[in-house]
Amino acid sequence: MTIENNVLVKLTEVGLKQRNKWLVKGVSLIVERGKIVTLIGPNGSGKSTTAKIAIGLHKNIEGNVEKFTDKIGYVPQKISIDWTLPLKVNDFMVLTDELDEEKINEALKLTGADHLKNQNLGNLSGGEFQRVLLARAVSKKPDLLVLDEPVQGVDFTGEIALYKLIKEIADKLNCGILLISHDLHTVMTATDHVICLNGHVCCSGTPKDVAMNNEYKLLFGEQASQTLSIYEHKHDHVHSNDGDIKKN
Amino acid sequence: MFDDFFIRALIAGIGVAFVTGPLGCFVVWRRLSYFGDTLAHSALLGVTMALAFEINIAISIFIISSVIAIILVKLEKNTNLPGDALLGLLAHSALAVGLVVIGFLSFIRFDVMGLLFGDILAVNVDDLIIIWGGGAIILIVLKIIWKPLFASTVNYELAEAEGLNPDRAKAIFTILMAAIIAISIKIVGLLLITGMLIIPTAMARNISDTPKKMVIFSICGGLLSVIMGLFSSLQFNTPSGPSIIAAALLLFVISLFKIKQTIQLKN
Repeated sequence: MTIENNVLVKLTEVGLKQRNKWLVKGVSLIVERGKIVTLIGPNGSGKSTTAKIAIGLHKNIEGNVEKFTDKIGYVPQKISIDWTLPLKVNDFMVLTDELDEEKINEALKLTGADHLKNQNLGNLSGGEFQRVLLARAVSKKPDLLVLDEPVQGVDFTGEIALYKLIKEIADKLNCGILLISHDLHTVMTATDHVICLNGHVCCSGTPKDVAMNNEYKLLFGEQASQTLSIYEHKHDHVHSNDGDIKKN
Repeated sequence: MFDDFFIRALIAGIGVAFVTGPLGCFVVWRRLSYFGDTLAHSALLGVTMALAFEINIAISIFIISSVIAIILVKLEKNTNLPGDALLGLLAHSALAVGLVVIGFLSFIRFDVMGLLFGDILAVNVDDLIIIWGGGAIILIVLKIIWKPLFASTVNYELAEAEGLNPDRAKAIFTILMAAIIAISIKIVGLLLITGMLIIPTAMARNISDTPKKMVIFSICGGLLSVIMGLFSSLQFNTPSGPSIIAAALLLFVISLFKIKQTIQLKN
């Protein structure tokens, strides 16, 4: 453990079987302090499951999860606030932890959501809501941030702004980030490591070498290519219909 | 006018309203009104058990309701039936079995109507002790589990990921539900308990913009319903339980005008 001072969470060959079906199998990954790891993959490929395994939400898993911190900030996928529950942003901020006024303001300011403090959660737009979720997750100054599709329901410009913000937060808090992207091909340039899942780890690598991809720049402009990258998948296998994996 | 029985009825009703207010909020937020109904229906079985074995009615109801809740959790895990079907199955089975058992207990005479719709005017000092003592315990426990329960009501995974224990809070809350049914059955009766839980809360939802306000208005609504219901039942000689629920309904209808105003303001 001494040599892994910067490691926040380490998954070794983890798998989860539910109703006789493997949701994920043989997934290994490491999130270190100050590093951003992005998970991509098609729907049902086990991205959320992997993230939940990493923070200990799934019991009865195969393999090994080592957590070196308890200070975890979590932005779940698809959170909807019911109209039956009147909830203001301010109340939402202190949902799982007591926070003083100053810390609430600080976190909201960090994500550019300080003007929303007295708004009802139900009245927020998609982008505003994601910023509030992010503010809540960072308010406790976590070591590990787990973000499950933090840019969903946000348009392209908003997406770039949010990714920039996530990078800023990572630098400021010096925390590790496990990010799940809803897009199979574009990921944050700031990502240190990309893992493509499809029930298992299909491929992985750094996105940096494709950040300057000319076609991509042409399509989205210089500004975008500083924030988003196209991730080129280098698969060495194919999935057949019966779930078998064949090497090319 | 203030006969002794009436004062006792008021004190009992007020005690119940203090507890149904906050619990009712969670019933509405977590969409548990049918669950409350199921537990209330099973209370009939609890009453018959109490009569058969000569134990305290409230304790007997509490035990039977808890058992029904545990059976529900087991069935949810081990069958492929949807939650509402299981609730219907348990509610009506418990009611039917309760009535069948009553048939066997023909040597005991008791007031089925009072059981179904409440018999608040027959409240005695023992009942008051159970209502206020039990009510205080329920509120204290609710206060202790408030944070994990509320956080998991907003989002289960968020609460669990950040170190709270939503499953334990949910289990304790289920026991509290069984307890409130046990102590309030004499006030509004088993068919109307869910009404006492959700109607003042529904009224409160119409006029509040934070959870705290909703809890406070829900308690106030319950208190007003009890007072209005009891006085009108004395005045017009109507059954007390239904009068309380009718008063709650009246408050709810009034609160609808407030909603209309807010919506107009928004446009």
